[in-house]
Amino acid sequence: MSFIEQTREFWRRDKTWFSSGQTRPYVDVSHQVILYIEGLSVSFDGFKALNELNLYINDGELRCLIGANGAGKTTLMDVITGKTPCDQGSVYFGQDINLLEHSEPKIAQLGIGRKFQKPTVFAAHTVFENLELSLNTHKGIWFTLVAKLSTAESDRIDEVLRTIGLEQQRNMLAGALSHGQKQWLEIGMLLAAEPRILLIDEPVAGMTAQETERTAELLTSLAGKHTVVVVEHDMEFVRSIARTVTVLHQGAVLAEGSMDSIQNNPDVIEVYLGEEP
Amino acid sequence: MSTLKSLFIASLAAGRLTGNGIQYVTIILLVTVFICSACNLLIPESSAFHVSTYTITLLGKYLCFALLALSVDVIWGYCGVLSLGHGTFFALGGYGIGMYLMRQIGDRGVYGNPDLPDFMVFLNWDTLPWYWYGMDQFWIAIVVAVAVPGLLAFVFGWLAFRSRVTGVYFSIMTQALTYALMLAFFRNEMGFGGNNGLTDFKELLGFDIQSNATRVALFLSTALLLIAALYLSRYIMKSRFGRIIVSIRDGESRTRFLGYMTNHYKVWLFVYSAALAAIAGILYVPQVGIINPGEFSPINSIEVVVWVAVGGRGTLYGAVIGALLVNYAKTKFTALMPDGWLFALGALFVGVTVFLPDGIAGYLENSARALQAKADLDNTSEDSLSKDGTSKDNNPKDKPTEEVTP
Repeated sequence: MSFIEQTREFWRRDKTWFSSGQTRPYVDVSHQVILYIEGLSVSFDGFKALNELNLYINDGELRCLIGANGAGKTTLMDVITGKTPCDQGSVYFGQDINLLEHSEPKIAQLGIGRKFQKPTVFAAHTVFENLELSLNTHKGIWFTLVAKLSTAESDRIDEVLRTIGLEQQRNMLAGALSHGQKQWLEIGMLLAAEPRILLIDEPVAGMTAQETERTAELLTSLAGKHTVVVVEHDMEFVRSIARTVTVLHQGAVLAEGSMDSIQNNPDVIEVYLGEEP
Repeated sequence: MSTLKSLFIASLAAGRLTGNGIQYVTIILLVTVFICSACNLLIPESSAFHVSTYTITLLGKYLCFALLALSVDVIWGYCGVLSLGHGTFFALGGYGIGMYLMRQIGDRGVYGNPDLPDFMVFLNWDTLPWYWYGMDQFWIAIVVAVAVPGLLAFVFGWLAFRSRVTGVYFSIMTQALTYALMLAFFRNEMGFGGNNGLTDFKELLGFDIQSNATRVALFLSTALLLIAALYLSRYIMKSRFGRIIVSIRDGESRTRFLGYMTNHYKVWLFVYSAALAAIAGILYVPQVGIINPGEFSPINSIEVVVWVAVGGRGTLYGAVIGALLVNYAKTKFTALMPDGWLFALGALFVGVTVFLPDGIAGYLENSARALQAKADLDNTSEDSLSKDGTSKDNNPKDKPTEEVTP
C-alpha cells in the first residue's frame, strides 16, 4: 500500500478512532492455496518431530490430519501458530505473509484460530464473556480499557451462541459447563474470532455419539467459508467429515488423498491402520 | 433485628450484595474517618469522646497499608502474579516525598545549612547531588515519587514478562529486587541518608507537619485516595481489560492464542500496581515522619501478601479489610507480646490458607451466596435465578445439549 493509500485508509470517514473494527491484512489466495508449509523441520533434543514436511492447504477446504502418536500433528500446529520455533523451512499464510516472523498473538490477529486438545475455556468468565474476548476486534490495552460491546458485536455473539447451541448457558460460568459443552464453547470462541483458518486439535475427544455427530455437521458447514484443518484420532469421525486426508508419519507426509484411497494405501496400512501388511 | 434480616435477604434476592463489598467498605470508611476527624478537631481533649492525634496517625498509617495491600491484590488476585517485592515501590514513593520534606526543613536543621540536608553536611558533602534538584517543589516531587517506581516496575516487568518468567521464579526475583535496593539504600554514598534514612521533617506545603490539623488533613486525604483507588481499580477490573487480566491468570497461553499480547497487559498492570504502592508510600511518610531502608526489607513485602490473603484476594475490598485487621492485630499484639508477633503472623497465614482459602471477603461472599440460594428456594420464584451464573441452581445438566440444534 502506498503512503497516500495508507493515509486515506487512516482518515476513512466511516471509521472512528479506536473502533475501526477489522484490522486484518489482505491474504493473497490467488493460487487457491492459503497455507504453504515447505521443508519444515523441528527437532527436540535430537528427536525429529517434523522432518522436511511439505503441506499445502487450499482456501476453504476441510482437511483432516491423521497419524500415530508422535507423528508430529500437534507440533505442526504449534509451528503454524507460533508456539514452537522451527529449525528450518517456511510457513506462508497466503502468498506473502510469513508466519514464522510473527508471535502467537499476532498470528491469531492475522486470522488463524486454534482449538486445543484439552478444552481450555476461561472458567471464571461466563460463556458470553468468553465469546466477547474472542471477538475479532482490537486487542490493545488502551482499547480494551474503554471497550464497549457494539450492537453488531453483541448480535455476532448471539449468532455464535445459537450455532453452538449454548443460548441457555450464556450467563453461566464456563467452568460449570460439561466437557462436551466446553469443547463447543471453544469452537464457538474460534467462530467469534472469524478466522480464515481454523486449526482444530481432537474436537470430539470425550464427546458422546450425538455430540460427535453434531460437531461433524458443524465442521462440514464451516468449510468453504473458512479453511478447516482437523487433527483427530477417531477414524469414524474422520470418515464422516473428510474430503481430503493427510497421513503424517515420523514428521513427514506419508500419504494424501481421499479416505478410501488412504485406507487402501499399503504404506498407510503398514504404519498406521493395521500392523499386518 | 428481624427487619434487618429481611432487608438483608431482600437485597440478596435482588442479587446486589455479592460483588458490592466496595460500596459497603467505602461507606464504613467514610463514616469512620469523618467521625474520627471531627472528634479530634472539635471535641476538647478532656472529653471522653476525644480521639487523640496518636490514634488519627495510627489509623492513617493503616489506611496507607490498605492502599499498599490493594496494589498487591490488583496484580496477585486478578493476574495471579505474586509479587513479593511491593515494598520496593512503597519505599521508593516514600523516599520521593521524604526528599521533598527534607528540602522543606531549610536552615532549621541541626547544622543550619540552608542548601544541604543535615546528613549531607555530616558527610562533608558540599553540593546537592543532581537527583535532589527540583525535589523542593511539591508537584515535581510527587511526579518523581510516582514515576520512578512506575518506571522501575515497567523495566523490571518488561524484562520478566517478555522472558515469560512466571510463578515462583517471578516472586523470588521481586524479593531479590527489594533486597538489593535495601542494601543500596543502606549505603551513605547513595545520598539518601544511609541507614538513618530521611527524618526530622518540619513542614508539608507550608503547614506544620506535627499539628493536629495537618495530621487530620493527611488522614482524610489518605482515606479519599484509598477510596478513589478502589473505584478506579474496580473500573479497570470490570472493563474488558480486567477480563483479559483474569483470562491471563487462568490460561495465559490460551489468551495469547486469542490475539492478546499478554506480556503488555501484565507489564501495564504491574506499572499501575506499582504506582498505587508508591502513592501509599507518599501518604505514609509524612504521617509516620521517617523513611529508612528498613522499608525495603523483604519481610515487609511478605507481610503485605499475608494481609491480602487474610482479606481475600481478587476482591479489592478484601485487601483493605485484611490490611486494616492484621495491622490492628499487630498493634495490639506487639503491645502485649512484642516477640510473639512473627509467630502469630505465621500462624495466621497458615490458618487462613487452611480454613479460609478465599479470605474474609471470600467467606462473606460465599455465605451471602448461600443465603441467596436459600432465599431463592424460599421464594421458589422462577426468575430469581436469572442473573447470577454461579448460583448452584443453574445446573448445566438441566439443559441437555442434545435438545439444542446447531
